[in-house]
Amino acid sequence: MVRIPGVGLAKGLSITLRHMLRRSVTQQYPEVKPALPARSRGVIALVEENCTSCMLCARECPDWCIYIDSHKETLPAPEGGRPRQRNVLDRFAIDFALCMYCGICIEVCPFDALFWSPEFEYAEGDIRNLLHEKEQLGTWVETVPPPPAHDAGAEPPKELTAAPRRPSGTAGPSARQAPSDTPTPRRTPRTRDTPEAKPPPEGSTEATPTDSSSTDGSSTAKPPADRTPPTATPPQTSRAEATPPEASLPEATSPEATPTEGSLTEATPTGAKPTAEPPAGTAPEPAEEPTPPASAPKTEAEGGQLSTGEQSGDKLSTGSGESSRPPDSGEQTSAASPRRRRMADPRSIRPPGQLQSGETQESEEDS
Amino acid sequence: MLDVILRFAVILAVFLLLPLIIGQTEHKVMAHMQSRLGPMYAGGFHGWAQLIADGVKFAQKEDVIPAAADRRIFMIAPGVALVPYLVVLIVIPIDKNGFGVNLDLGLFFVLAVMGIGVLGSIMAGWASANKYSVLGGMRSAAQLMSYELPLVLAASSVAMAAGTLSLPGILDQWQWWWLPWQAIGGVVFFLAGLAELRRPPFDMPIAESEIIMGPMTEYTGMRFALFMLAEYAGIVVLSFLTTVLFLGGWHGPLLAGWIWTLIKVFLLAFLVIWMRVSFPRLREDQLQKLAWVGLVPLALVQLALTGVVKVLL
Repeated sequence: MVRIPGVGLAKGLSITLRHMLRRSVTQQYPEVKPALPARSRGVIALVEENCTSCMLCARECPDWCIYIDSHKETLPAPEGGRPRQRNVLDRFAIDFALCMYCGICIEVCPFDALFWSPEFEYAEGDIRNLLHEKEQLGTWVETVPPPPAHDAGAEPPKELTAAPRRPSGTAGPSARQAPSDTPTPRRTPRTRDTPEAKPPPEGSTEATPTDSSSTDGSSTAKPPADRTPPTATPPQTSRAEATPPEASLPEATSPEATPTEGSLTEATPTGAKPTAEPPAGTAPEPAEEPTPPASAPKTEAEGGQLSTGEQSGDKLSTGSGESSRPPDSGEQTSAASPRRRRMADPRSIRPPGQLQSGETQESEEDS
Repeated sequence: MLDVILRFAVILAVFLLLPLIIGQTEHKVMAHMQSRLGPMYAGGFHGWAQLIADGVKFAQKEDVIPAAADRRIFMIAPGVALVPYLVVLIVIPIDKNGFGVNLDLGLFFVLAVMGIGVLGSIMAGWASANKYSVLGGMRSAAQLMSYELPLVLAASSVAMAAGTLSLPGILDQWQWWWLPWQAIGGVVFFLAGLAELRRPPFDMPIAESEIIMGPMTEYTGMRFALFMLAEYAGIVVLSFLTTVLFLGGWHGPLLAGWIWTLIKVFLLAFLVIWMRVSFPRLREDQLQKLAWVGLVPLALVQLALTGVVKVLL
């Protein structure tokens, strides 16, 4: 083939001309926000209520940019058992000037306290301001997107497959392991439970003292995992046991909680009977109520946390309650509901005193 | 007298305005050719005031003169680079009755004065007391030597065809078939002119990535702005000259003469920008080779062609 002189030059000219006639790819950033993928790594959000100060994230962090301070707090067991110890988070800070956004802390967190948020606009004029304390890390939670849906033909989440097989006790742990639940199953059982649950508390109150003592002993020995043995008993019995302690707690700790419950959820009518209602049917719901102030808009993920955290929040009077509030108020969509479940479990685990409450939740779920 | 003053005022306005318009066009065209947007903020609408903002910025900057510099030459070099282009504009006919001054030796005058512009960068390069600047100045000088020859040969071909050195006279003689007849000379003239302006891809003397702007290395503030203005004024002048000599100036159907002139000038200016975006910088030896092995023979061929056709007619 004969090479025509100047063909290469003409080609260059045509390329630039074509580019000029094409739309430019520039995004005018401050005016036009970038369309980031939902899972992009912008900033790390901390759900403070889920943190047990286990230090896994801080130890795994390749940059050593996570700072955790905590102390142990002794709580009297609500049912009169041995006092329980729990970790109280004093400080949780991530230095984003050091962070390399590897996400190891998030993957290693056993209790779903850390999440990726696609938010990225937190540049600072002073590098020291990139050290985000837990309050600031908590504010990112609102921006955490909901978990991705399962693929069309995917296996159903383990919570769903495992829960019906085993008695109430086992269901809880399985739920923890499997991160994503399908929304619907979770939701429906609860609603059902609330009406059903209410009646038992009255009759079962007698049973509670004995049961509770037994559960206490077991619970102290093995905090999280061991919950199952007591709960392993048929769901009804577990409910009975669980309900009484809760009932006592809500009454004692928060009169406020009950009114809020009534306002928030359908269950509220039960609220008329202070003692009986809160524990059994509403146990998950009331806990959520206290949370409202901090994060109304929070995403579904938070909602899930809230359900679990509510109870603890009431008892402890920690800030956690606030975060939990939003999900309930939102009456989250189906997607949100699966999340709740998952979060609830770790929560219930954490403070030994709360074990029973956690059990009650589980039992409700199972039933 | 009033007429002359008015004409000079208009020429001055054109001289100040057109380079800005072409500069802004370069910003935007170059950006879009690179799939960018270019300036978008200054002035509000697609950054139309970007060059004005640049000018304000330049005016605010400190005028640094290196201690070892040859002060006086250093200071007048930007003027030497800029003023010739203003002078050239005086004799360029924009419309049928011309504009500015009708010199009988117009073409000669234009070529002579344009050559002075290059002197500015040689002076700047020498006076800066900076080895990069000296390198740039030497390359400027070499480039001037090589490309002035094809430039003059190509222009003389037109003068031969028209039988006059007066620019309006050339345009009066111009016929449409001069376009193909003088095409080779037009290309040679345009390329050689680009090289004289040290525009990419012939920007070896400036070569910001290797000798950091060459002669302009030590310049700051307004003096640097004058160099930049000289570059764009050079584009304007080169486009005007190519239009007048090879594209028929104000000849054209329907529209008024001066509009045709401006259309052709802007098309050529676009071509200048287009070539800047598309082609990589020529190496120094390639630059010289292009002039001596490429353009000079081509210009001679054009000269011969012009002579043959002229004799046959």
